[in-house]
Amino acid sequence: MIPLDIIAALAAIVGKNNLYTSQEDKITYSYDGTPLLSQLPDAIIRPTTKEQIVDILLLANKEKFSIVPRGAGTGLSGGSIPVDNCVIIDMSRWNRILEIDRENLTAWVEPGVITSQLHQAVEEIGLFYPPDPGSMNVCTIGGNVAENSGGLRGLKYGVTKNYIMGMEVVLPTGQVIICGGKTVKDVAGYNLKDLFIGSEGTLGIFTKILVKLIPKPETSRTMVAYFNSQANAGKTVSSIISQKIIPCTIEFLDKTTIRCVEEYAQIGLPTDIECLLLIEVDGHPAVVIDEAKQVEECCRSNNATEIIVAKTSEEALKLKTARRSAFSALARVRPTTILEDITVPRSEIAVMLEKIDAISKKYNIMIGTFGHAGDGNLHPTCLTDERNHDEILRAEKAYEEIFIEAVKLGGTITGEHGTGLAKKKFLHLVSGTTAIDTMRAIKKALDPNNILNPGKVFDM
Amino acid sequence: MNPRTSLLPGATLPGDDVLTQCMHCGLCLPVCPTFALTGREKSSPRGRIRLIKAVAEGTLGYSDGFIEEMDFCLDCQACETACPAGVKYGSLVESARNQIRIERSGFSPARLLKGFFIRHVLSKKKLLKTFAASLGMVQHSGIHSLFRHSSALKKLFPTLNSLQELAPRIDKKPFDEYYPEIITPPGTPKYRVGFLSGCVMNVAFAGVHEDTVKVLLHHDCEVIMPKQQVCCGSLQAHNGDFEIARVLAKINIDTFLSFELDAIVMNSAGCGALMKEYEHYLQDDPAYGEKAKLLSSKIKDLSEFLYTIGMKNPRQAFSHTVSYHDACHLVHSQKISREPRMLLQSIPGISYTELNEASWCCGSAGIYNIMRHSDAMQILDRKVLNIRQADVEYLVAGNPGCLTQIEYGMTKEKIDTKIVHLATLLRMAYQL
Repeated sequence: MIPLDIIAALAAIVGKNNLYTSQEDKITYSYDGTPLLSQLPDAIIRPTTKEQIVDILLLANKEKFSIVPRGAGTGLSGGSIPVDNCVIIDMSRWNRILEIDRENLTAWVEPGVITSQLHQAVEEIGLFYPPDPGSMNVCTIGGNVAENSGGLRGLKYGVTKNYIMGMEVVLPTGQVIICGGKTVKDVAGYNLKDLFIGSEGTLGIFTKILVKLIPKPETSRTMVAYFNSQANAGKTVSSIISQKIIPCTIEFLDKTTIRCVEEYAQIGLPTDIECLLLIEVDGHPAVVIDEAKQVEECCRSNNATEIIVAKTSEEALKLKTARRSAFSALARVRPTTILEDITVPRSEIAVMLEKIDAISKKYNIMIGTFGHAGDGNLHPTCLTDERNHDEILRAEKAYEEIFIEAVKLGGTITGEHGTGLAKKKFLHLVSGTTAIDTMRAIKKALDPNNILNPGKVFDM
Repeated sequence: MNPRTSLLPGATLPGDDVLTQCMHCGLCLPVCPTFALTGREKSSPRGRIRLIKAVAEGTLGYSDGFIEEMDFCLDCQACETACPAGVKYGSLVESARNQIRIERSGFSPARLLKGFFIRHVLSKKKLLKTFAASLGMVQHSGIHSLFRHSSALKKLFPTLNSLQELAPRIDKKPFDEYYPEIITPPGTPKYRVGFLSGCVMNVAFAGVHEDTVKVLLHHDCEVIMPKQQVCCGSLQAHNGDFEIARVLAKINIDTFLSFELDAIVMNSAGCGALMKEYEHYLQDDPAYGEKAKLLSSKIKDLSEFLYTIGMKNPRQAFSHTVSYHDACHLVHSQKISREPRMLLQSIPGISYTELNEASWCCGSAGIYNIMRHSDAMQILDRKVLNIRQADVEYLVAGNPGCLTQIEYGMTKEKIDTKIVHLATLLRMAYQL
């Protein structure tokens, strides 16, 4: 527990109204979006200026208590869950878009800006910020940068790291640095900004973020293809890419997910198929028409049982409903929904899906798998009940085996959710001891007292 | 306090399963009006669910902070629409209120008064009429302007002040005193529909009732307004007073089922939502379970009913600009949003504009706007801003609470848009 006099000192920094210590507040900042993990913080603090953040970090170093930064609390790896002896820094009220620069195609934003609000603001003037994590209506840019979030458009447009040009960061020791800038080319010194992207709140607290924007694609075309084998769907993905077509989206739903979606949304999906692919190509109208044709041909030559191409934007929206409902449909089946995000090279998707099926049977756990087939990022989703301890144990074992198989295929344990608390014990599967030691050395250099989000990603 | 296995002891109430169903993903945060006010997790749906869970598990008592959050909630249920996991949030917060009533009854004069009003006045027709008559006298006396001009009075009696500002204007005569029990259409009736005269609607929205009846008659309905009916029980249930709500439900079930009805048509979203829920409140009652189910299956909102039977086209063009506000108990509780829009857009001549944030609560929420005046006013401001931007002649809504609240906001902000019930607009379009 942090002593009361220190809490009082924190209140003096931010003002009484921006520090919460009631039991009700502690309970409601004890979790994020991660299942099964929670811990009470000692206080929640809402700084309003950079100087206050600096003072808080200086005090934390002096008094040796921990700071856990938090955006909207939608993370799925436990990155913003409190640790022992900690104060939560809630950054969600830093929600201003400071500048949109149409000449340089950049925007300066505060870290608490909600991702979809940035989408809306830039799309109004014909620009585009592609990263679109599933929680984009809630999650914040600061959280996206900290976790290096992905989304549905990863295949063609990349992930958050591809759109971050710079930032202002308060380091764990309380100094402030600015890294990166509006220039596309910049090789002066180490590329520090990339160190902070995906640092999961362990290396610094963002106070301003510079994002890259691109012109909004002119048009798009959407289609859905049904398959009676996962292998055929996998081959379709590979053959589209090998024809040098990069759709903005290739999403996959397995049969468990399809059945749950149909039961929940009744949109007329056939329930006797093995899987489906939702594919969208975008760009210049002439190119889109041409590519859509080629994609359709790929599906056909790989034995798709049926292909539906949307003729209007309403039809496209209807086709996308299946994918958009996937998580909701699965989440309704059982109380505790555990969503993972392993990623394999896209050529290995079909193999990975087979492994998941086998593991699901082996541990007698219901797993629905959907995800971003185009970039190999899959969401095997365990449908469980946290009150059934045996089932949770089996789910954990199943996941461990899934992680091992993904890494064996040249993939990784997490594609977009982060390591945090939930996956730190599996980090060694992908990163060797020396690599993790290197991360520790970086952490030690920036945060000698280990006060910023300690115990996340790895233990010191 | 003793640890409980379930916060919710009643057999028909949701318990552990509903609590566990929440996976705290946070998708409810951007649609919650109270979270928008404070940005504080405990004022959000997932925060409140977590608090209820803590109380259920015994790690938190019925603290003032807990009760405050349960009261602060509008119970608008926008979070239910947003929830990917289908958590029945409304039933959780109502059960929590029910439990608070039992555990902490009588600790605040305002709560006592509210409980008394909801339990004893609304539920009893005669008493309500007496109360309404007195309120009507007050409204027609000079007290209104006294309050308006005296900041001292406002400060001394804040709740009384909001009551005199926001209570609906009482009609000269309750609706059921000048319309008969059975109202027949001019031609051969095609449908026989039940009609809830209700509590507040009956004494303060007689005009909307009349409009509804006229529209129903125009659609060849014989309208039955049973004399024995009582208040539907929705304000009581939403306040957590399930016991009285069940008593009222049983009376209404017996009363309405004694007539052969094709449907029971509702013009108040809150009442419709609750009467559709009768079957859940009484599902374990051996005598009433099946009957409740039958009754609930007959409940149809006016828009839902007209959409199903096929609304008649007005003969003349209704050349006006119109927009639609979703009452929470229609869009979130009953999932009705398409029907009223389709009906409005099918009227010849109408120019329909979609209201920005149409399904965002207006802050009325039963008697929330009287009990929590300043919160309700902040929520109303957002609605009024959107209405100003829509710049239409008529804003249509399907719930009396919304009508009073939004009208208050628009008068204060001097916006010309008229807020009308769907029935009122239809009557105008049909020139009935």
